[in-house]
Amino acid sequence: MMDVFNWDGTVSAKDFRIGALSFAQKWESLNSAFPPWSWVPCPKHPWLASPEEEGYLSLENICISRPYEVDIDQNSQTDPGEEETSCSEKEDDIDDATLVQSNHHELHYCDFHIVYSYTFRVPVLYLRAYCSDGRPLLLDEIEKELPACSSKESPETKWAFITQEEHPYLKRPWYKLHPCGTSEFMKLLFLGGDTGQPKLEVVLELYLLSWFSAVGQVVGLRIPCKMLNDRR
Amino acid sequence: MRKAIQKRMEAKKYVWEGAIPLQIHLHESQVTTLPPPPPALILAPRIGYLPLLVPLIKPHFSSTLPPGVDTIWFEYRGLPLKWYIPTGVLFDLLCAEPERPWNITVHFRGYPGNVLIPCDGEDSVKWSFINSLKEAAYIINGNCKNVMNMSQSDQLELWHSVMNGNLEAYLRVSSKLKLATIEDEYTSLCSSKSQQGSGETDFTGQVKTGRVPVRLYVWSISEDFDDWEDLSQVDSWEKISYINRPIEIHKEGKCFTLHDAMKSLLPEFFSDESLSDSKLARVDFEDAQKIPSEDVSSNKVVEDQGQNAYEHREACCISSSAEIKLIRIQGIEPKLEIPFSWLVNNLLNPDHFLHICVCVKVPQ
Repeated sequence: MMDVFNWDGTVSAKDFRIGALSFAQKWESLNSAFPPWSWVPCPKHPWLASPEEEGYLSLENICISRPYEVDIDQNSQTDPGEEETSCSEKEDDIDDATLVQSNHHELHYCDFHIVYSYTFRVPVLYLRAYCSDGRPLLLDEIEKELPACSSKESPETKWAFITQEEHPYLKRPWYKLHPCGTSEFMKLLFLGGDTGQPKLEVVLELYLLSWFSAVGQVVGLRIPCKMLNDRR
Repeated sequence: MRKAIQKRMEAKKYVWEGAIPLQIHLHESQVTTLPPPPPALILAPRIGYLPLLVPLIKPHFSSTLPPGVDTIWFEYRGLPLKWYIPTGVLFDLLCAEPERPWNITVHFRGYPGNVLIPCDGEDSVKWSFINSLKEAAYIINGNCKNVMNMSQSDQLELWHSVMNGNLEAYLRVSSKLKLATIEDEYTSLCSSKSQQGSGETDFTGQVKTGRVPVRLYVWSISEDFDDWEDLSQVDSWEKISYINRPIEIHKEGKCFTLHDAMKSLLPEFFSDESLSDSKLARVDFEDAQKIPSEDVSSNKVVEDQGQNAYEHREACCISSSAEIKLIRIQGIEPKLEIPFSWLVNNLLNPDHFLHICVCVKVPQ
């Protein structure tokens, strides 16, 4: 695509869609623990019948109540030399999937949408959390389940800053992870990468994957190693 | 040159002094006294926000309110009003035929949390304003550092200048943000005429290419009408398409007009202009047609614009009877030939966005 040194970390809307579909495909084939992401096309205008190329990725009804454990493929190899943040020591010990009921008497769920921002030219994660009876969670309840989303703005977690905003397509109040630092960390990801060698090319298909490997952690969604290792 | 600056201040002053007369009624469910209180009459600044008026409104109704905690929201004919949209924009968008005074209803209970983001008064509005300013800064400069690094006192002063409608104070603080403006093509023309041979302004090639923060609110009607009043009113936000996308200005040796700007954001309403193939102009509303791609540079941002306009794989070609009926900015209906740079340099809101309300007619 283009060489990483001249790249500013952003993508066009068209490229976002390509990257999103590729990410969803990879997720579906390599991350069976979770339901698949689906692309939801959205018309630019409510009265426009033909679907435009605009849309967003959606993953819904994910239980975020703690403690929870994820079904990890028991065959996944973790290279002891690798220090991917998404492959923590915990994963080695987990057997089968268990949604362990937490101390709370009810479970909390979350919908995640990955939406393209025309302003920042990067993907943005929107989320909405609720109880099993549908009651929406308040920000402090969300922050308890997803402590990395804390609303305190600090240099390290600046890009994990969560605000309540209107969903650009659904026009309802959702929460979003602020995209302010995204282009910078995307450039860093591609410059440094997992092997410390800068990639010579910004490969579009990996863009969303790399983005999500960082952002997903904030909301407790980890990408299994084999998905990150798959370079197809 | 000074005259140009004076003229620019004049237009900005008009914008900042613009106000909408409101007649605010308390919703009947919250009236506990007989007779019911009369509506409050308030002059609301165009560039302000409805929740900022609460200190003026509440005393008017406090004696009649039921006991309990207030969660204040506004509504126009059943449509909850989004408090983070400037008052003038709400008026331009929702009142096709400007209603003076504008009759809106205030509620102190029953906040519609499924439609409106919560508002805790002035702080929420300030936060939303600063956020928009950050977004505008990112669009213009490629980063929000200037806004993020504002001192507390500067931030407060800026916000107060907006609350109080103090243009001088606003300009004083906002100039520190170094939010580049684009060269005003109209003014350059004027000043180059009055300073023959001084060589000060060179019209061609001076306009910077850049992104302009724009928020577009589009509503549609399906048939022609004689009177704006005949139109059925917007009853749901879902019927309005909100397009929050920067406009890229290209300097191509000719003036970039409002027409060019609208074409880049709403190419679906200009499809018959760029095509020589008359067949396409007759395409039905529902059909998808490939539009031949124009010569688009390799610049990625230009690609976005180009792609929006011409490279959709399943582009929708709206029939030639679809048209833009009305464009309103700060209550003005500018002609399409006006240089876009003039609009940007004079009609921006304090959040540094150009808010544009558009009415389009689409065939059913």
